[in-house]
Amino acid sequence: MSEVSKKDTPAADVAEGTVPAPRDASAADGKEFLSVRNLQVHFDTDDGLVRSVDGVSFDLKAGQTLGIVGESGSGKSVTSLGIMGLHTSERARISGEIWLDGEELIGAGAERVRKLRGQKMAMIFQDPLSALHPYYSIGAQIVEAHRVHNKVDKKAAKKRAIEMLDRVGIPEPHRRYEDYPHQFSGGMRQRAMIAMALVNNPQLLIADEPTTALDVTVQAQILDLIRDLQKEFGSAVVMITHDLGVVAEIADNLLVMYAGRCIERGSAEKVFYEPQHPYTWGLLGSMPRIDREQTERLIPVKGSPPSLINVPSGCAFHPRCPYADVPADNITRTERPELQLVSDGHYSACHMSREQRDRIWTEEIAPKL
Amino acid sequence: MAAYIIRRVFAAVLLLLVVSAVTFAIFFLVPRLGGQTLDSMAAQYVGKSPDPDVIAAVKKNLGLDQPLYLQYWEFVKGIVVGADYTFGPDPVTCNAPCFGYSFKTHTEIWPQIVDRIPVTLSLAAGAAVLWVVSGVAIGVLSALKRGSVFDRISMGVALAGVSLPMFFTGLVVLALFGNGEYVPFADNPVEWAANLVLPWCTLALLYSALYARLTRAGMLETMGEDYIRTARAKGLRERKVVVKHGLRSALTPLVTIFGMDFALLLGGAVITETVFSFQGMGQFAIKGVTEADLPKVMGVTLVAAFFIVICNLLVDLVYAAIDPRVRLS
Ligand SMILES: Nc1ncnc2c1ncn2[C@@H]1O[C@H](COP(=O)(O)OP(=O)(O)O)[C@@H](O)[C@H]1O
Ligand code: SF4
Ligand SMILES: [Mg+2]
Repeated sequence: MSEVSKKDTPAADVAEGTVPAPRDASAADGKEFLSVRNLQVHFDTDDGLVRSVDGVSFDLKAGQTLGIVGESGSGKSVTSLGIMGLHTSERARISGEIWLDGEELIGAGAERVRKLRGQKMAMIFQDPLSALHPYYSIGAQIVEAHRVHNKVDKKAAKKRAIEMLDRVGIPEPHRRYEDYPHQFSGGMRQRAMIAMALVNNPQLLIADEPTTALDVTVQAQILDLIRDLQKEFGSAVVMITHDLGVVAEIADNLLVMYAGRCIERGSAEKVFYEPQHPYTWGLLGSMPRIDREQTERLIPVKGSPPSLINVPSGCAFHPRCPYADVPADNITRTERPELQLVSDGHYSACHMSREQRDRIWTEEIAPKL
Repeated sequence: MAAYIIRRVFAAVLLLLVVSAVTFAIFFLVPRLGGQTLDSMAAQYVGKSPDPDVIAAVKKNLGLDQPLYLQYWEFVKGIVVGADYTFGPDPVTCNAPCFGYSFKTHTEIWPQIVDRIPVTLSLAAGAAVLWVVSGVAIGVLSALKRGSVFDRISMGVALAGVSLPMFFTGLVVLALFGNGEYVPFADNPVEWAANLVLPWCTLALLYSALYARLTRAGMLETMGEDYIRTARAKGLRERKVVVKHGLRSALTPLVTIFGMDFALLLGGAVITETVFSFQGMGQFAIKGVTEADLPKVMGVTLVAAFFIVICNLLVDLVYAAIDPRVRLS
């Protein structure tokens, strides 16, 4: 399935189309815990090859949070499932490299990756109701997660599960331990999912839109909880969302995905306050802002995401980009823009020159945000 | 949970009443609506050369001249406490549960049915074990290896199995292997099983094909559920993911279907019993029809309907045991 040869170390920059990983100022000290290199996940369907993820690279250090942002269908979940080794369909074609704590996963055997899942890396999902098994109690499901990787008896596992339920803020954990998922509220279910994911102290937590299915009022609580736990456990977190506002505050670095590719990435401040890609501008524009009148808001990205079977030529964003004609010679429609360094650790994949982007940003976009 | 059980049992009792009312209507109301007179109805309960006195006695005994609600009341009362047929030259008692009395053979129906229940039950239970085990196993393997040679072959065979008529496979098996008598389990368990193997396999082939297809479809659906992905994300071994998380959900809808299939078989696997000449409930009903002895047919109908209601109740209880959402709502 994997077309990749095993290498000893993460290749910093390799094959064509791959770009060096972001190296921001703080990156110099810590070691990368997760390095993804040119990850491709394609699905061989009856309608054609779906290029769900098409060459994504990034790095993540222990204790840091990477936010992955993009509209639905941009390949965020496929990316995270790829890291977890959870693409079970025999139609999935996966290539590239995933280095987790110095170990390459795509070339590793399925059994090895299984042992890492839930142990070294864990994941929580968008809809906690469907992600929990309806027939087993919350407690039993956490105990199961603990006992797969730890040789402990049921009693010790139960104690640990109750501890975790308590830690994620579930009141009366002794009693709620026996409850079934349908007896929990949405927010409580997601807390239980977090307890289950963290029960083995994983060093990497991937949260795939953990608040999307929840009430607005509980969203902030869940995000706070994840942030607190990250501080406490020092784990690396990949926070996936389609809402830039969700991650802007808690992420150290941001990666913006469009049509299976990374179109902008860099430190959260840079991407949020000095975005260098028209798609990111659109995402910022579609963020709900309480301090502004609705009417004043920038028009969000028009149109819908492209088919991943027939990805538009050139810049995949061009059919929706208001500035597609700014770069000369129609290059936007013929040549795919690669990620280019804008400033320290900040990359953007757009044919516009730095000057053109700066002008549009300061004159047209920023004033409306 | 207790409230749920009480509700289900109560519903089952109500259902029994409905079932008995419908059966009653079929045998006592429909003929009347069809233009039969009380005398012609009563004549059906006696032998060929009807003696007017005997017909009059039967009419009185069955209460055909009474208002319908009273007739139904006597009918239900008979099932619960037994009935006395006091008219005519030799008064008889039909002990509870009185599922009818044959005025032709002067026998109570219930004891004859009771004699035949072990035959039918042996047939149904043995076949059920076979078809559930084989059907589920084939279905699971097919689902896990979807599109493989195994999947294609077993689903092809399953399709054939579903479409082959029972009497055809039965007769083929019979021609190939011959036939044994029914031997009660208590007499000789080995012979009991040996003589039942052929009818079991014949019956099981049909159902196992159906269950393989159902299991396969159910597995394909549940293995795509989010909670399966969660189970894998925990790092569970694939076998545990399949059995503990996938199969348990996939089998739940099968419980209902199994309850129905099994209940219907308990009412008499008519074709299998006929092909293999086993004297089960199905044969008894057939006998009632060929001998024009209505109480036999009615008795089997009632008992079969009761089996269905009881199996339904069991299905409800099993559901509650499996699915906490049912139990705790
Ligand atoms: N198993 C699969 N087979 C075919 N296409 C898939 C599969 N899984 C995901 N995709 C496609 O990949 C694209 C990206 O999906 P996803 O990563 O779930 O998007 P999102 O960014 O919303 O999480 C979608 O167009 C989706 O239809
Ligand atoms: S490359 Fe062209 S189409 Fe793509 S984002 Fe830049 S300006 Fe828009
Ligand atoms: Mg998603």
